Amino acid sequence: MNWALRFLRSSIGLKLVMAVSGVVLFGFVLVHMIGNLQVYMGPTLLDEYGVWLRALGHGAALWVARGVLLAAAVAHVWSAYCLTRLNQKARPEGYRERMNRESTLASRTMRWSGVVVLVFIIYHLLHFTIGTVHPNFVHGAVHQNFVVGFRVIWVSAFYMIATLLLGLHLYHGVWSMLQTVGLSHPRYDLMRKRAAAAFAALVTLGNLSFPLAVLTGVVR
Amino acid sequence: MELKANAPSGPIETRWERHKFEMKLVNPANKRKYSLIVVGSGLAGASAAASLAELGYDVSCFCYQDSPRRAHSIAAQGGINAAKNYQNDGDSVFRLFYDTVKGGDFRARESNVYRLAELSVDIIDQCVAQGVPFAREYGGVLANRSFGGAQVSRTFYARGQTGQQLLLGAYQALERQIGLGKVEMYPRHEMLELVVVGGKARGIVARDMITGALESYAADAVILATGGYGNVFYLATYAKGCNVTAIWRAYKKGALFGNPCYTQIHPTCIPVTGDHQSKLTLMSESLRNDGRIWVPLKKGDTRPPAQIPEGERDYYLERKYPSFGNLVPRDVASRNAKQVCDEGRGVGASGFGVYLDFADAIKRLGASVIAEKYGNLFDMYERITDENPYQVPMRIYPATHYTMGGLWVDYNLMTTIPGLHCLGEANFSDHGANRLGASALMQGLCDGYFVIPYTIGHYLASNKLDKVGTDAPEFKQAEQAASERTRTLLDVKGTRTVDSFHRELGKLMWEYCGMARNKQGLETALQKIPALREQFWKDVRVPGQGAELNQSLEKAGRVADFLELGELMCRDALTREESCGGHFREEHQTPDGEAQRDDQRFQHVAAWEHTGEGQAPKRHQEPLDFEYVHPSQRSYK
Amino acid sequence: MSAGKTMNLTLHVWRQPSGTSQGRFVTYPAPDISPDMSFLEMLDVVNERLIAKGEDPIAFDHDCREGICGMCGMMINGQAHGPRRATTACQLHMRSFEDGDTITIEPWRATAFPVVKDLVVDRNAFDRIIAAGGFVSTHTGSAPDGNAIPVPKTAADQAMDAAACIGCGACVAACPNASAMLFTSAKVSHLGLLPQGQAERDQRVLKMVATMDEEGFGTCTNHGECEAACPKEIRLEFIARMNRDFIRAGLRNRGERAGSGGTG
Repeated sequence: MNWALRFLRSSIGLKLVMAVSGVVLFGFVLVHMIGNLQVYMGPTLLDEYGVWLRALGHGAALWVARGVLLAAAVAHVWSAYCLTRLNQKARPEGYRERMNRESTLASRTMRWSGVVVLVFIIYHLLHFTIGTVHPNFVHGAVHQNFVVGFRVIWVSAFYMIATLLLGLHLYHGVWSMLQTVGLSHPRYDLMRKRAAAAFAALVTLGNLSFPLAVLTGVVR
Repeated sequence: MELKANAPSGPIETRWERHKFEMKLVNPANKRKYSLIVVGSGLAGASAAASLAELGYDVSCFCYQDSPRRAHSIAAQGGINAAKNYQNDGDSVFRLFYDTVKGGDFRARESNVYRLAELSVDIIDQCVAQGVPFAREYGGVLANRSFGGAQVSRTFYARGQTGQQLLLGAYQALERQIGLGKVEMYPRHEMLELVVVGGKARGIVARDMITGALESYAADAVILATGGYGNVFYLATYAKGCNVTAIWRAYKKGALFGNPCYTQIHPTCIPVTGDHQSKLTLMSESLRNDGRIWVPLKKGDTRPPAQIPEGERDYYLERKYPSFGNLVPRDVASRNAKQVCDEGRGVGASGFGVYLDFADAIKRLGASVIAEKYGNLFDMYERITDENPYQVPMRIYPATHYTMGGLWVDYNLMTTIPGLHCLGEANFSDHGANRLGASALMQGLCDGYFVIPYTIGHYLASNKLDKVGTDAPEFKQAEQAASERTRTLLDVKGTRTVDSFHRELGKLMWEYCGMARNKQGLETALQKIPALREQFWKDVRVPGQGAELNQSLEKAGRVADFLELGELMCRDALTREESCGGHFREEHQTPDGEAQRDDQRFQHVAAWEHTGEGQAPKRHQEPLDFEYVHPSQRSYK
Repeated sequence: MSAGKTMNLTLHVWRQPSGTSQGRFVTYPAPDISPDMSFLEMLDVVNERLIAKGEDPIAFDHDCREGICGMCGMMINGQAHGPRRATTACQLHMRSFEDGDTITIEPWRATAFPVVKDLVVDRNAFDRIIAAGGFVSTHTGSAPDGNAIPVPKTAADQAMDAAACIGCGACVAACPNASAMLFTSAKVSHLGLLPQGQAERDQRVLKMVATMDEEGFGTCTNHGECEAACPKEIRLEFIARMNRDFIRAGLRNRGERAGSGGTG
């Protein structure tokens, strides 16, 4: 296993860890968002979906998924930490003046959007999964928890900010992942960026709609 | 002194083969016991260092740049010749040999040139194996083009960056040996002295350009591959750091300097814009394949080119040389450009320029075809001049580009100092009085990959070489000489910068020892150069210290040597009372203005011996025999 | 043509006497600059004036001054080699600036490129990356005929695109992470695209990347600044190609040591 550790600790290996864990995480984000869209299909569907998820595979599926997600999140954060440290060591003294030509807001803010999203995820788990920071959490009443939770304006505002940052993170993350695993071809490179943008926009719009729907009374 | 060329006799086709067999070999197990110094990391130096290390020798390689990959071979654009006859157009080793001897105006050694042509085919194979991305046909085979007026397509190329790709191939081979610990690389080191012990070259003194320390390095033989000395003209297509110092120091230690006056002026460079100009940029002469060269018929015609009607244009090369037209050899093209400008028909703000017009080619082939062929050159031209050559004709003017002269070497590439070898442009070379396009890369790699690995072994095996360490008195003396020179330069504390002297020297050389030379001008230069040199040592200002990175000091040392070399060049040019190739003496021309050789008196190599400071150098001769290519008047009509 | 007109500029230049000493910015006026000068010729003029005043001239690396040797390079107003795309500092002309401009000039900044003096940095880390595997191990004299192995034109052209790298270090300088991925990937791709480079393809990428990491370069986070700064327009796609090669080589050569150093 020595070779594997050495391989994964190289700069490209770390990037690979980042990319693969990223795939797991953005897969989850997409599924999560689609699952939540059921909120628009009446008050009971989401609750039933929750029951189904908990029961799947005699209750094991949920925990396996949680395990995988946790591992992916840890790997993602760990590789980000290692890469950041390497990068800071690579240029301790910066430039007095610097003009960016090609990098984007998304690429330059990955570290910060990542940290905010991480904080948000912890809050989100405490909010809707464990319920400790929820004003009136009822286990199993997914729809009700959803509506009550988002009625608090500053909570919804935080959700929306985090969602926008997640969108930025996804935009750079998705095309970056394709680049890291070597999926590049001059003919498709433009498409790659467009696909990343479309994916990020889809997830962002979906997630933004939830607090907005509650605040505007579309979902009650 | 008798100059022994050591060239074998007999049928020319078998000379090198036989010579290789007759040379002594060093036992493979013993090779690592021999240490070799290679100065310079261009095509010749890098290929030599890598090949010698592969054989097992203990090699040290020095270059003044921060990395061996930067040597100026990298700037060669056009291509490299090889007698592969891949195009089935009648090329052969003999034809390449013939063309090179004739192109050099019968002033090169036949045996050497034949060997060069013979080995040219191996060079291509070697480079392809290294991964040099030569241009390819759709079928996957190597592409060729005709270049510099050759009647066959024998030039291999990698876009407009052939020199770069060949150099990177050699550099990679060198880096491989560095990684294996077989070559010790010394970048940012400038050789300041050659060390001769017991009559043999046994080491060098080099300056670490970062710390300023003078360091001695001992070896069993020394190989100089330090390139040409065209920067004596200040404005030239050479890299700014190119210098004569290494070979000049060797000259002063007893190596003879061959044909110093043979310089090549390249016809297609971008004209000078002002006094601030630091160098000239060359554009590949492949441009002459499609561009048409012209000037206005009338003197002082300042109309924009587009407003000068066809009838008032003088396509002077096409007019004078109907069969070769714009593709005449470099020396002919250059001289004619100078001539029309001297007549007052030059174009551009300075009047020193001629048009290279692509309008017809664009009309005939379309702008896209021209862009595909020359796009990068057009872009470069536009970057420098701010003019778009797709719309306005380019302006070009000749500039110094290559020096055929250099240290005299025998067939084994050894100078007159035993153990001191000289490769590539730094030696007096196989090009005679004029070099054909795409031949320089060929010679550099030929010397480095395929000649020196054999001949150095012969030297090592046939000489008893005692152990010599850097504590030998000769090293101490050399170090002291170098350090005194440095101190003297720093101590002048005069008023003029090094560059101002260099520029002045350059103007003198260009004026009196440039494209056309005459007795009176050369005699004037021989008055003016020593005076300038005297002024330099009295009034130069070199700021800073010796023990630091000091670019002014580096330049000062180089210019001091150029100031001596310039005089020798003029002396050589004055003595050679004939015109041949790049050396054009106005007194010696045919009625229609072509170079007029004097084979009776000058069918020889002039090799100059240093006889002491302040004393006239001594001229020696190596007679040249032409058994296979009989001297004739070059004609490109 | 802009002959006749001249410009007056103000330069803020990083001055540092040696690698071990402290550096600082010094302001120099640069009057009467011709728009036809190259950027380095402008610095020549400034230096000539400094020498005349008895001051130490600004040290900067340069050699061929025709954009191919890769020796020159400096940050000009926060951009590697200055504002013009696909242009080295020596080929940048002053007509790219306006009269009255202030220009900040800094050396390349990277741990792997320590400053030697003023604007001069040590880029030998690049050489060591090449020495680790950026070659085809072929002995002089052992080559088959040049046409023995056909190379598809597209492969040769693509290899040439990658091989055009001049090793100037602008990619590292421009990268927010001081990563050398573009440089390393250009050589990996050049040789990996050609049949001659196949035998050592896996070992090459493993060793070159290992050396790149050891030299202290940062990692690629796909900003694309390197591609924008590259005077030879080396493309990001080569980085993807190197990633692909690296992953494949890593999986295929599990048992073998992927340390740095030359191959035998």
